[in-house]
Amino acid sequence: MSAPTLDPTDVKQMLLKVADVIIESEEMLSQADRDLGDGDHGLGMQRGFTAAKAQLEGLDPKTVAEVFTTTGMALMASMGGASGAVMGMLFQSGGAALGANDSLDADGLCAFLQGACDGVTNLGGAKPGDKTMVDALAGARDKAEDIDCETVSEALQAACDGATEGMEATKAMIATMGRAKTLGEKSIGHPDPGALSVSIIFKTMSDYANQ
Amino acid sequence: MKKLLNDPLKAASELVDGLVDYYNGSVEQVSPGAIALTNISDDKVALLVGGGTGHEPIYHGLIGEGMADGAACGDIFAAPPPNVILDATKAVNRGNGVLYLYGNYSGDVMNFKIASQLAAAEGIRVETVLIWDDVASAPPTEKEKRRGIAGLIPIVKLAGAAADRAENLDELVELVTNARDNTRSVGMALAPGSIPATGKPTFELDEDSIGVGMGIHGEQGVGVEKMMSADELAIKMVDLVLADDLPIGEGDEVLVFTNSLGSTTMMECLIVLKKVKALLVEKGVNIYDVLLGPMVTCQEMAGISLSLTKMNDTLKPLWDAPCSSLGYTKLGK
Repeated sequence: MSAPTLDPTDVKQMLLKVADVIIESEEMLSQADRDLGDGDHGLGMQRGFTAAKAQLEGLDPKTVAEVFTTTGMALMASMGGASGAVMGMLFQSGGAALGANDSLDADGLCAFLQGACDGVTNLGGAKPGDKTMVDALAGARDKAEDIDCETVSEALQAACDGATEGMEATKAMIATMGRAKTLGEKSIGHPDPGALSVSIIFKTMSDYANQ
Repeated sequence: MKKLLNDPLKAASELVDGLVDYYNGSVEQVSPGAIALTNISDDKVALLVGGGTGHEPIYHGLIGEGMADGAACGDIFAAPPPNVILDATKAVNRGNGVLYLYGNYSGDVMNFKIASQLAAAEGIRVETVLIWDDVASAPPTEKEKRRGIAGLIPIVKLAGAAADRAENLDELVELVTNARDNTRSVGMALAPGSIPATGKPTFELDEDSIGVGMGIHGEQGVGVEKMMSADELAIKMVDLVLADDLPIGEGDEVLVFTNSLGSTTMMECLIVLKKVKALLVEKGVNIYDVLLGPMVTCQEMAGISLSLTKMNDTLKPLWDAPCSSLGYTKLGK
């Protein structure tokens, strides 16, 4: 399938797939966080997406926004810490930018990404270059906007590529935010775990829409 | 590291259960992670504290008579989520608003910020005072980048007394800001604590080194130096605090607090206190009161911090009021 648009049920299935992949990635994400933080990022993400999955499974969505905001609320309430706040805000404020639309198209995805970037940066104050998940998220937004996509599948592929590039770029950066900043130059060479999570989220969404 | 745990991933929820048991009826759990006093008076302006667990007795061990009314508890070393903070907010609110008082860490700031928006949407007025007493974490011109460390003990105690007296939330904000702005701290790390779930150290530090100005999670401070004597360390801490922008000198009165970060013993705290007091007295500074012991900790981390609170006519009666809590108890003067 290379879908021009996704309806609310498709978006729900797509986020259930994201939940499964994040849950399976626990060990990889925890290892990435052991290199830079206290090693609990994978467990937090696993807890968050297990809660999100339970909420999504019982949801009969009328709008695409509902699917994203339900995911965001579940992440925020179950994860805690800085990552719960920013991951939850990504989906909540991204979803809030979609209004009452009953399908997600390429423009909708761009609106979601812009809303998500605004929500996360207003909350935490991180900018691209600070070695945080914002590098992957802003990368996804920029790439999806730059390429004039006709279908949501193309836009998700662009978001996936942009998020991956943004995540890769964090390897060369020195952490200036959060717990990793205590490492200073020792943080060079490792990707930011939050950026890694964001790149996995958009890769899974793109794989779903382009399968 | 031998540690008494059941399921390491349930350490946070089990310690909160234990805390409620400790309070033996005067504190209840109002939702998972949110605890509140059971006897908050009807006209009170409420004081809510909170943060990650694993640093006991802070923050949740600071609720009690003349202290905080409630606390929002996160997972080990992680900020509480907004819904837990909101539940705690609703439990302590008596219609006169709620003051959020917590340490300046990004995870806490984000989650409390979202919670204050949720509370506002439910018609509860919330104000925030961030604790940022660590002089080694940023220059005095950038206080909003400073971390909150052991100074939170005198600040929360003063805030608790202020909340019992304040007519309204604005007055409480003013009193607590006075306490915060007159408090400065610096910490010294000797060895890391460990993460309960993994047993791994929270940071790395050579055996013969000391982290000058290092934060309670191993955050960078002034630098790493060779291990030194208690007197040398006391001199360094007093110098760092007195070099900051809060003038403390001849004729001033201060609260002195030597805090153990966990495994540093009371013997060591007392030896350091002796030198700290001598240095202050030498400069003509009067000691108003003394606090000592493990109150702001990071598991079995070794290290010590010094906090000074400069007293004034507003703060003195607040300090003199009696209080009781797991973390700090004081008889009336």
